[in-house]
Amino acid sequence: MTTKRLTCILCPNGCEVEVSYSGEPTPESISVDGNTCPRGVDYAIEELTAPKRTLTTSVLVYGGTQPQASVKTACPIPRESLFDAREALRRIAVDAPVAIGDVVASDIAGTGVDVIVTRPVPCSP
Amino acid sequence: MSARTREADVVVIGGGPAGLASAASAADAGAKVVLVDRNRELGGILNQCIHDGFGLHAFGEVLTGPEFAARYIDRAFDAGVEVHPNTTVAELEASRELVCTTLGERYPLRAASVVLAMGCRERTRGMLQIPGTRPAGVYTAGTAQWLTNMRNLRVGKKILILGSGDIGLIMARRLTWEGAEVVGVVELLPYPSGLPRNITQCLEDYGIPLHLSHSATCIHGRERVESVTVARFDGRRQPVPGTEFEIECDTLLLSVGLIPENELSRRVGVRLDATTSGAFVDDRHMTNVPGVFSCGNVLHIHDLADWAAEEGARAGTQAAAYALGGPAKGGAKPIRIEPGDGIRYVVPQTASRGSKELLVSFRVTAPDENRTAEVLADGRVLASEDLRRAHPAEMVQMKVGCADGLDADRLEVRLT
Ligand SMILES: Cc1cc2nc3c(=O)[nH]c(=O)nc-3n(C[C@H](O)[C@H](O)[C@H](O)COP(=O)(O)OP(=O)(O)OC[C@H]3O[C@@H](n4cnc5c(N)ncnc54)[C@H](O)[C@@H]3O)c2cc1C
Ligand code: SF4
Repeated sequence: MTTKRLTCILCPNGCEVEVSYSGEPTPESISVDGNTCPRGVDYAIEELTAPKRTLTTSVLVYGGTQPQASVKTACPIPRESLFDAREALRRIAVDAPVAIGDVVASDIAGTGVDVIVTRPVPCSP
Repeated sequence: MSARTREADVVVIGGGPAGLASAASAADAGAKVVLVDRNRELGGILNQCIHDGFGLHAFGEVLTGPEFAARYIDRAFDAGVEVHPNTTVAELEASRELVCTTLGERYPLRAASVVLAMGCRERTRGMLQIPGTRPAGVYTAGTAQWLTNMRNLRVGKKILILGSGDIGLIMARRLTWEGAEVVGVVELLPYPSGLPRNITQCLEDYGIPLHLSHSATCIHGRERVESVTVARFDGRRQPVPGTEFEIECDTLLLSVGLIPENELSRRVGVRLDATTSGAFVDDRHMTNVPGVFSCGNVLHIHDLADWAAEEGARAGTQAAAYALGGPAKGGAKPIRIEPGDGIRYVVPQTASRGSKELLVSFRVTAPDENRTAEVLADGRVLASEDLRRAHPAEMVQMKVGCADGLDADRLEVRLT
């Protein structure tokens, strides 16, 4: 039996959940305790089997009021793809204006996930 | 410029989430509202907080700072708020007459009520008095965040972070993603001052060491930071001799606390609370200066922008009521609300006699588990809530209902 303590990161409550499983962790073998809401169970299972994170960073913008626009992956991506995704975004530049929700890259680092703008950048006057 | 209103029911100073929400709710209540912000862009500090984690409470969605700000900016414009960007409030009188400056011009602005929503600033090295040389490469975490996220500049390659506040933790991850090596986070207290989820997703994910009960004793380097001496500190916050070690780095980030930006408040005679460094307010969020209200980080530091915005909305409604209805008659002596056992501070600091509902925000003094928070009226329990985990990094809010109207000499919030 393996027992671990994890901090659920899905919301600011940051519940400390206790997980236990025997053998390899699988969705069936993991039992979860200490979560305040059901999402804590999903988090714990995902964290032990295939952890995911949202990447938030920025890309270059030409002709805007700011030199860069902040962006995020439209949903969490596998944790091991974070650095590849960041590298791929270094090579991307967009022209102003950009609006919240504009897609600047699709299928980033082969994850199948889009990268979208989170901060509007108007054209510089 | 000439089209700008010179007179309004409510003037809000500061266009961060607290000010935006406050302006929108005052306008919704029927007041003519002007919002003044010194930046070109509204949103306050949120514009540089490009990470996610905002909005779960307010919108049930996970948003980044700029997305969260955009929601409140839209809300304020939809409500009909007149915005004066690029404008600093230079003077404020108790008569609610203001002097604004914009691009070298000054103009007066008069209001029936004023909402202070100026946010906070960061503690700096000068305030910490760390000995050593004065090389380049020492930044506050917020300045590093601004340079990285707003100016596309690199702050350094090998980074040590002093203090475990949330901004420092967020920057540890951000700079790791940017290709820098974050060599550690050093915290004077025996527990981290940031949220547990940020310890997990910003430090543990990347194997960044957290040195609790440690602090910097000396900064080395001629032109640029070369290393920092770190030592273990005891319970009286003194370095323990013989525990020093040196950490090589070219950059030191300070994430050692935020201070409400109360210069204007002080000058207009607003009484400040020594613990929060923010105003003393009643349950309407009004300060001791009639018609002057306070909310958001200028009132007390919030860990969640969602709560700063909610507090702003409440203050805005009250500021509109004051402006449109004139000062409340009443005159009954307000009830003091005091922090009791285990509680560092409580906001608001007073409540009106006869209130049917009261919302208190407070922080505990030390981390703990399985405690109960209670609100007492002259020793009688009015409300209680079980806290499975109590942590100074997490503000707690409790609603107190009192159907017959609040009446007591003194209220107290305590942990049992
Ligand atoms: C560097 C930094 C990073 C942060 N990161 C996070 C985070 O990641 N997550 C989180 O939940 N919270 C974060 N916070 C806390 C965050 O500030 C609050 O949660 C929230 O944004 C506070 O909102 P506010 O409206 O009170 O203040 P702010 O957002 O600071 O807005 C204050 C506004 O007032 C304006 N102003 C000040 N004085 C004047 C004047 N005299 N005249 C005109 N305008 C004026 C300023 O320009 C600013 O726009 C951070 C704080 C700082 C300082
Ligand atoms: S278990 Fe639920 S309440 Fe607790 S941190 Fe996770 S999402 Fe939030």
